[in-house]
Amino acid sequence: MSDKGKPKLAMYWASGCGGCEIAVLNIQENILVVDEVFDIAFFPCIADFKVKDVKGYPDGYIDLCLFNGAIRNSENEEMAQLLRQKSKVMVAFGSCAYEGCIPGLSNLTSKEATLHTVYLDNPTIDNPEGILPQPFYDAPEGTLEIPVFYHTIKSLDQVVDVDYTIPGCPPEPHQIWTVLQAVVAALLEGADLPPAGSIIGAGNVAVCQECTLKKDVKKIERFYRPYEVIPDREVCLLEQGLMCMGPATLSGCGALCPIVGMGCRGCYGPLDGVEDQGAKMLTAIASILGVGKPGEDEAEIERQLDAVMDTIVDPAGTFYRFSMAHSLLRRAKVNGR
Amino acid sequence: MAEQKQFEPLIIGFTCNWCSYRAADLAGMSRKKYPPNVRLIRLMCSGRLDPAFVLKALQGGADGVLITGCHPGECHYLEQNYKAYRRYVLLKRMLKQFGVEPERVKLIWASAAEGVRLAEEITKMVEEVRALGPLNWPGVAAANGDRLIHLTEKEEVAA
Amino acid sequence: MSKERIGVYICHCGTNIASMVDVENVAVWAKENLADDGVVVARDYKFMCSSLGQELIQDDIKEKGLTRVVVAACSPHLHEQTFRAACAKAGLNPFLCEMVSVREQVSWVHTDKAMATQKAKAMITGGVERVALHEPLEPLHVPINEATLVVGAGIAGIQAAIEIADSGFPVYLVEREPSIGGHMAQFDKTFPTLDCSACILTPKMVTAGSHPNIHLLSYSEVERVDGYVGNFTVTIRKKARYVNEDVCTGCGICIEKCPMKVIDDVFEAGLGYRKAVYRPFPQAVPKYPVIDTENCIYFQRGKCQACQIFCPTQPNSIDFEQEDELLQVDVGNIILATGYDLFDARRIPQYGYGRLANVFTSLEFERMCNASGPTNGAVRLRDGVTEPEAVAVIHCVGSRDKNYNNYCSVICCMQSLKFAHLVKERAGPNTEVYNFYIDMRTAFKDYDEFYQKVLAEGVHFVRGRVAEVTDAARLPGEEGKLIIQAEDTLIGKQRRVPVDMVILSAGLEPRHDSVEVGHQFGISCSVNGFFTEKHPKLDPVATMTEGIFIAGCAQGPKDIPASVVQGAAASARVLGRIQQKELALEPVRASVIEEKCSGCRICNTMCPFNAILFHEDQMVTEINPALCQGCGSCVAACPSGAITGTQFSDQQVLAQLEGLLMLSVNGGRVLEPEMA
Repeated sequence: MSDKGKPKLAMYWASGCGGCEIAVLNIQENILVVDEVFDIAFFPCIADFKVKDVKGYPDGYIDLCLFNGAIRNSENEEMAQLLRQKSKVMVAFGSCAYEGCIPGLSNLTSKEATLHTVYLDNPTIDNPEGILPQPFYDAPEGTLEIPVFYHTIKSLDQVVDVDYTIPGCPPEPHQIWTVLQAVVAALLEGADLPPAGSIIGAGNVAVCQECTLKKDVKKIERFYRPYEVIPDREVCLLEQGLMCMGPATLSGCGALCPIVGMGCRGCYGPLDGVEDQGAKMLTAIASILGVGKPGEDEAEIERQLDAVMDTIVDPAGTFYRFSMAHSLLRRAKVNGR
Repeated sequence: MAEQKQFEPLIIGFTCNWCSYRAADLAGMSRKKYPPNVRLIRLMCSGRLDPAFVLKALQGGADGVLITGCHPGECHYLEQNYKAYRRYVLLKRMLKQFGVEPERVKLIWASAAEGVRLAEEITKMVEEVRALGPLNWPGVAAANGDRLIHLTEKEEVAA
Repeated sequence: MSKERIGVYICHCGTNIASMVDVENVAVWAKENLADDGVVVARDYKFMCSSLGQELIQDDIKEKGLTRVVVAACSPHLHEQTFRAACAKAGLNPFLCEMVSVREQVSWVHTDKAMATQKAKAMITGGVERVALHEPLEPLHVPINEATLVVGAGIAGIQAAIEIADSGFPVYLVEREPSIGGHMAQFDKTFPTLDCSACILTPKMVTAGSHPNIHLLSYSEVERVDGYVGNFTVTIRKKARYVNEDVCTGCGICIEKCPMKVIDDVFEAGLGYRKAVYRPFPQAVPKYPVIDTENCIYFQRGKCQACQIFCPTQPNSIDFEQEDELLQVDVGNIILATGYDLFDARRIPQYGYGRLANVFTSLEFERMCNASGPTNGAVRLRDGVTEPEAVAVIHCVGSRDKNYNNYCSVICCMQSLKFAHLVKERAGPNTEVYNFYIDMRTAFKDYDEFYQKVLAEGVHFVRGRVAEVTDAARLPGEEGKLIIQAEDTLIGKQRRVPVDMVILSAGLEPRHDSVEVGHQFGISCSVNGFFTEKHPKLDPVATMTEGIFIAGCAQGPKDIPASVVQGAAASARVLGRIQQKELALEPVRASVIEEKCSGCRICNTMCPFNAILFHEDQMVTEINPALCQGCGSCVAACPSGAITGTQFSDQQVLAQLEGLLMLSVNGGRVLEPEMA
C-alpha cells in the first residue's frame, strides 16, 4: 500500500467539526495528486489507522501533519504530543487548531457549566439519574477510562510546537492546494519552505482589501443583527450598522461573507503582528461610534454610549468568535457553574 | 511570615502626558503620599490606549489597571479622551464577560492640577483591588481544571 | 540577550530620592539583574543633572559604547531635554534616552523604603525594556510663512500685531467688531495710575490701523483654518459694512443725518444711544462707519436712504448692495487674543441688576465716568440727573462663587478701588463709598499703594459677601434707598447699609463661543472655558497646537499690563519662529505602514487635526506628518496594526509594561505565566 520513498502525510481531527477534512477533500481532483505524491500515514477520517500504528512509527517519520481541531481533552493533548513527536512538519490546520475557534467560546464558561448544559440542563436531554461522563469507572470487568474533559480549551501551539499555521474555518480549498503545492515542491524539488512559524495559506492585509463593497468614513449610531435589516449590497456593512470583523481579520478567503451581505466573522484570525484580534476589533468599533460627542453632558454621553453598546450583543463572543483560546486572556475567570 | 503580610496588589496605570502624568508630578511635588502599588506608563494621550494594553497587563500579572486622561473637553488633542472613554466602556462590558471584577479596571479623569485627587484615586483603587485579592490571570488562563465531576460522594474516585 | 548596550543612571537628587530609595542597591541590582536586557553599566550619582552627572553619561557613551541610556531621576517634564541634549553631545541620538521618574513617582510619594526601592527597580526595568526598542529619530522641518494672523484687536492683540509689524513682518489683524480697541477702549481710567484709558490706547490703535505691515480686517471673523504650523490658510469673512472703505473719508455726516436712534448695548453698555449707521466711538479705528441692518430704516422698510443722500463723497460711500466678502490669507503663525465676556450680573437676581434701577454693572459705570460717555463723565443715578450721596461697590460678582465661577477674576479688586476713587472724585469727597469685598487682592507694582490712597480718601471697606441688595426699607432712613445686606465678617455682625447707587464689580468670563473658536483653531479650553496654554508656568502663551499662540484674557482673567505682556510675549515667540525660517517639530508622529493598510477607513475619523488622508485610487490611508500631533489615537484604532507611532509604538509600550510587571510590589517576581 505504501511506496517507501513517498513523503508521509497525516491529518488528525481533535476538537473540531470535521469541516477541515471536507475542505481538504474540496481541493477536488487535486486530491488525486495528493494521493500520488504522499503516502497517507494517518488520516482517521478517510483511512483506517490505529493510534498504535502511529506509536510504532519512528520519530519524525511523518513528513507533514495537518492537525485540525482544538485541545479540549486529555486525548486531544496526547495525540498532539504523539503526532508532534512523529512529524517533521506540524501544521495547525484551520481555526480550531490555530486559535480555538467555536469550541474555544466555551472558555467563557466553566467545564462544569458546559457539562451540565450538554448532559443535564438542555430541554432535549433525558438523563433522570443525572449521570455525567467520568474519566474512570469501575465496572465489574475492570476500570474503564475515557479522556479527561479540560476546563480550558487550548490551541495546538499551546501544547506542542507548531511549524506553520493555516487559518480559516475552514481554510479555503484554493489556499490549501497552494500550500500543498509549496510543500510538494519543497519535498520533491528542494524548494524553500516559508520561514518557520509563519501563517501560510492566507493574505497579509485585512479582509477589507478583498472586499468589493464601497467604503466610506464610518459613524455608527447603532448595530443591527443580520435578521433585522436587508443590507445594501454595494455599501460597507459596518457603515450600515452590521457587525463585520473584516477590518481586524486576515485576508485570504476572498471576502466571501461580506460580499454576499453577511458580516465577516473573523475566522482567518488577526493580522500578522496583532496579538489579540478581539481587542483590535473592540477598539476599532468603539472608535467609530457616532455618539457621545465632545461638548455633550457626561451623563448624556454615557446614556448614548450605553444605548449603542446594548446593540452589540455578546461583545466577547463577537470579537473572539474564533480566537478566544488564542487571545491574550484566553478564557474567562469562572469557577463552577 | 509571608502569609501574615497583607496582599499587595500590583496595578498598572496608563497616564496622559499632558494631564495625569503631570498630576502625578504634582502629587510628588506636593509630597502627597499614596501606596507604591501603582506603576505608571506615560502615553501621549489616553486616546493612545489600545485595549490590548489593558488585557496584556492583566494577562501579565497585574491585579488591576488604572486608565487616566484629561477631563472631557480638556483633551490636549481636543477630543481624543472621548475615544478613550468609548473604548473603555466597551472594554468594561467585555471584561465583565471574562469575569474580571469591575473594580479592577478603572478610568478616571485627572487634570494636571489634580495631583492630590489622583493620589486619592490611586489609594482608593489599591484598597479596592486589595479587597478583591490577587487576580493571578496566568493561573486562570492555564487552568486545566481536570478535576472530576462527581456523580455522588460514594462514587468519588481519587484523581 | 539584548543587542543594545544600555547605561542606567540613578540620581540621588541630594537626599530627595536617596532618602526613600536605596539608590546604591538599585544600581548594583540593575547591573546584575538587567545584564541580559542589555545593561552594561549602572551608576548612582548625587546629582545626575549637574554638569558632572551629565559628563558621567557622556563618558560612558564614548568609552563603553552605550547605545541606549536610562536616567532614573525626576520627571521627564523637568529634565528630559537636559539628558537628551547630553546624549546628543556625546553622539547618541537624543531619542535613545529614556527617563524614569523615581522622584515624583516614588521617593516623594511613598513611605516604605523597601517597597519604594522595589518600585524603582521595576520602573527602571520598564525603562530598560522600552528604550531598547527606541529608534533614532530626526526632527521634522517645516518652513515658516512670514505672515502672522492676530485674532482679536483688544490691547493684547494690538500689542502683538504692532510688535511683529515693527519687526518688519506682515500681520493680518482680525477684529469682530467695527472698531479695534476691545474692552480697554470702553474704560475711563486705568488703575493704579489713573491714566486716561483712551489717551494711552488710541495712539496704539492708530498705529495698528495705519501700520504699513498691518493689514487690518475689522468687522471680520475667521471662518476656517486649514494647514499647519508654518503654512496655515485662513478663510476670513469680511462682513458687509455697507460703506465703501475705498471712498469713505470718515466725515461722519451719514451718522449725523441718520434718523434712527438705537440703544447702544455693546460699546455704551446700554447707557447711551447710537445711530443705525454708526461708529462705536469717536476715536474708532478704522474710521469707517457701519450700517446696522437690523435697525436701519432702509433695510427694514425700504425707505429713507438719508445716509446715501447726504454722503458727500464721489462716488457715494454708502453701498446698500455690499455683500460679505471671503478672503483667504496664508500665514505661518496665529495669535488668538479674543478677550473675555463680562459676567452677566442678571444671573445673580438677589443683587437686583435689571430690576433695581440704580444697580449698575462695572462696565456701565466705566461708561458713565468716561468723558465721552452718556453723562459726559458725571456720576448720576439712572434718572441721569441725581448725584448719589452713598455708593456701594460689590466685589467678586460672579467670581469666587461656586454657583457661577470658581476662579478669581483678578481685576475686580483693583477695578473696585478705582470705582471708589472715581465716585469720590466725580461726586465729591463727601459721597460715602462702601466696598464689600471677600479678600483684598492688590498684588503687583503700585497696586497696594493705590489701595492705601483709597483708604485715605475715606472709603469704607466691609469684609463680607453681600447677601442681597433690596429696596424694601425696614429701618428708619432706609426709605427710597437701596439697602445692602451683608455680613461684616471682621466684626461678626450682619449689616444693613443704605445707599443710592450700587456698582457690581462683575467678573470676567471666557467668550461665549470660546469652545467653538478653540475647535476651529485646534486648541482646547480648560474647565473654566479659557484657552489652555501649553504649560501654565513655563509656556503660558503657546498652546498644544504648534503655531497657535494665545494672549490676553482669552487665556485667563488678567489686567491691562499683563495682557500687554502676553501680547508682546506671543509676538516674541512668533518672531523667533519667523527668524528661524523653519521649525523643527518633535518627531513623535504616527504613520501608516502602507503594505498593511486594507483601506477599511476605520481611522479616517480619528484625527481632529485632519492629518489623516485617504487615497481613494489606491485604497490606502496616509498620515501627513506635519499635521500629526502625535496623540496616537489612530494607532489605537487601527484594527490591522497598520498604523504605528514613533516613540510610542505598541512594541515600546508593551516592552515597558512587561518590565514593570517583572517585580512584585513587596519583593520577588510576579508570577510567570504558565505555558502549560
